[in-house]
Amino acid sequence: MINERNLPIFATLTVFLLLYGFGMYEYKGFRDTLVFTNLLTDNAFLIVTAVGMTFVILSGGIDLSVGSMIAFIGVLMAYLITSLHIHPILAIAISLIVGTAFGAIMGMIISVFEIQPFIVTLAGMFLFRGLAYLINLNAVPINHPFITALSDIYVSVPGRGGLTFIAMAMLVLLVVGILIARRTRFGMNVYAIGGDKQSAALLGVPIKKTTVKIYALSGLYSALAGVIFAIYTSSAYPLAAVGVELDAIAAVVIGGTLLTGGVGYVFGSFLGAMIQGVIQTLITFDGSLNSWWTKLAIGGLLLFFILLQKAIVFWAKKRSPAT
Amino acid sequence: MAPHSNVKDHSRTTSDHRSALLEIRSLSKSFTGVQALNAVSLQVNKGEIHALLGENGAGKSTLIKVLTGVHPRDEGDIKLDGRAIHARDSGHAQQLGISTVYQEVNLIPSMSVTENLTLQQQEKSFGLINWKKADARARALLARVGLENIDPSRQLDRYSIAIQQLIAIARALSNEAKLLILDEPTASLDASEIKQLFSLMTQLKNQGMGIIFVTHFLDQVYDITDVITVLRNGECVGTFPTASLSRSDLVSHMVGKSLDDLATSSDHQATGKPQNTLLTMQCVGKQRFLHPLDLTIHAGEIVGVAGLLGSGRTELCELAYGSTKPDQGLITLQPESSAKPTAEPTSLIQKSLRQTIQSGMGYCPEDRKLDGIVAELSIRENMILALQASKGWWRSIAMSEQKKLVDDMIKRLAIKTPDMDKPVGELSGGNQQKVILARWLITHPKLLILDEPTRGIDIGAHHEIIQIMQELCEQGMGLLVASSELEELVMFAHRVVVMKDHHKVAELRGSNVSEQAILHTIAS
Repeated sequence: MINERNLPIFATLTVFLLLYGFGMYEYKGFRDTLVFTNLLTDNAFLIVTAVGMTFVILSGGIDLSVGSMIAFIGVLMAYLITSLHIHPILAIAISLIVGTAFGAIMGMIISVFEIQPFIVTLAGMFLFRGLAYLINLNAVPINHPFITALSDIYVSVPGRGGLTFIAMAMLVLLVVGILIARRTRFGMNVYAIGGDKQSAALLGVPIKKTTVKIYALSGLYSALAGVIFAIYTSSAYPLAAVGVELDAIAAVVIGGTLLTGGVGYVFGSFLGAMIQGVIQTLITFDGSLNSWWTKLAIGGLLLFFILLQKAIVFWAKKRSPAT
Repeated sequence: MAPHSNVKDHSRTTSDHRSALLEIRSLSKSFTGVQALNAVSLQVNKGEIHALLGENGAGKSTLIKVLTGVHPRDEGDIKLDGRAIHARDSGHAQQLGISTVYQEVNLIPSMSVTENLTLQQQEKSFGLINWKKADARARALLARVGLENIDPSRQLDRYSIAIQQLIAIARALSNEAKLLILDEPTASLDASEIKQLFSLMTQLKNQGMGIIFVTHFLDQVYDITDVITVLRNGECVGTFPTASLSRSDLVSHMVGKSLDDLATSSDHQATGKPQNTLLTMQCVGKQRFLHPLDLTIHAGEIVGVAGLLGSGRTELCELAYGSTKPDQGLITLQPESSAKPTAEPTSLIQKSLRQTIQSGMGYCPEDRKLDGIVAELSIRENMILALQASKGWWRSIAMSEQKKLVDDMIKRLAIKTPDMDKPVGELSGGNQQKVILARWLITHPKLLILDEPTRGIDIGAHHEIIQIMQELCEQGMGLLVASSELEELVMFAHRVVVMKDHHKVAELRGSNVSEQAILHTIAS
């Protein structure tokens, strides 16, 4: 019997397979591995953001600052490389530390002053976007031989497809995310806090420390997404990734994570982001539809998943408890 | 800490099983002016089951919370195994060796049994949690509490509350606990589960663990405990060996009065006067809520409702008042003027609550904070609510009249407040309760239903509230009072309805109204 806890993620997987199957049935070009590997590359930054967001939502919080963080980190990285002539590896390291630190600061404000994450990360969202503009008002190309070399990495797979550096980086970060969530004490504490904060405290879970770590992790993952986005576009632009926080939240929810926290899987968020990518690809293949149909489809899916979760909770409660 | 004390202590543990495990010396704690614990001293030995008893508000939960680091102490020393400890939080207390199982299951319902049992204590291989080991450990822990047959990979909330409670105990045993605190663990367990728990407690005791057992079931105290400590009003009344303390002495220690006093006062109550029927309930019940029952309440009479938690006390109050509509039976309230006894009694079931209030009923619910007061509104606004509601929102009550009414009530009930515009949330529990009482008294009810009127308020206010109830009764009001505090019920009630498993099992009157009789009825 399928555990009712796993039902949402199975629903997500089914939706993904149906959509992908539909594409393969309708369009010959869809059957090539190239479509799949492109999905991985094109959605790498969104998936990475969504992985970090999963932890936040699992704990019952929300992080609205991730989209601005992506733009800010991109602009910061470009500034370090092109204006200060710092080697990209060091520039990336600095950017990641800055992103993590900003996340940790938001986490501290949330846990120490007990302010709603929505407000604190909303402030972060404006702040990071502003900081990005402070560094640079325009789009800047990042052309450093090292970045170009990274972009050129390409591991061919059967068919015409192949894995780019950022697709592989994303997959590694996804696996790391899954391990953190299910195989570390911190991960379990995140589930516990999202499940029942008071009980978690009585069970000895360090609530404040864990909260700081959660937002620091989300900061790190969105900073990583910023680096990936900068490599993906080979440029930095302060207006990049507007609204990505909402796409990431949508991916997490479609992936079966309860917005109230406590229930969900990192892998579900990967599927959630991939579903958004598949819809986009299907619309591209169709050619006649406006790209705004993507939003329409995602809107419908979101509603469907939220209702599905409600139905599952209701169904689970109604059934008499096992003895 | 001096090294030699450690050595001495160690030698003591090996030689004598019954050496001191937990020593509390003159522990005090107050919350915004209320002295919750006043110089409490307590000693729990190894291999001892120690009952911690007291009425609501005696300071039991505060003591436990200070022990486990949930509240910081004001002063006093706590020693565990001879070492002074200062638990920072619940997690730290667990590391020190103090595990607690609370009345409400404090586990995470959305996580699996294994995840709950191993939270913060997972075994790792290569830095990652090893779920195979965790599962094995969970099974071993479950076996200790006799739950070999449950599947630890399932979500916790798939199991009944009783099993969750046992799982919580299994968890409490997981981290080499020296001292186990069980805070009313039996409230949700049935007889066989209690037996299982007791055999487990005996086993742990024989292994040298100290157990603090909080309960309000006196039978259980005599069944399992070695020593009893009674708290009253934040102070330690004394510590007694269970075997040499009689039940009546125990009760009088808890209540702070000897049983003889209680007996005379209830005799005094029993002398009734000619009574007019106020409220009649005939075969009133509701499916899955309350079994149909009959009840009459006369003017100038206090009818008590006794029973254990979840026995149907609150349900009876709600049906009588009509905030929950019964699906069968007839409720009638005698009409206003007694000059016309032939007037048609009104049936209340089909009426709205507003009409119920207009016809002369008032209801003070059990959960003051949730259902009773509006904490942000002032005393005056809170008191006027019911009167205003019965008049309808469009006929406002003049401010001068409001002030006069509220002023009278503050004087009459001796509510301690500087002025009537203070938000009710800032008052103490007892005064909040008086404000709710005042809210109904302003409407001049003929019948007042009170659910747990003395819960969570200090002892002084207890007596005042009871006094007010008795005065109202003498003025000819009928009262229906549900309470978990039998000692009090017996003091003021003329008749007591005993509830059990959502049934009315007995109606005691006159000289039959005694704690013993009520407990006996519940137990049989």
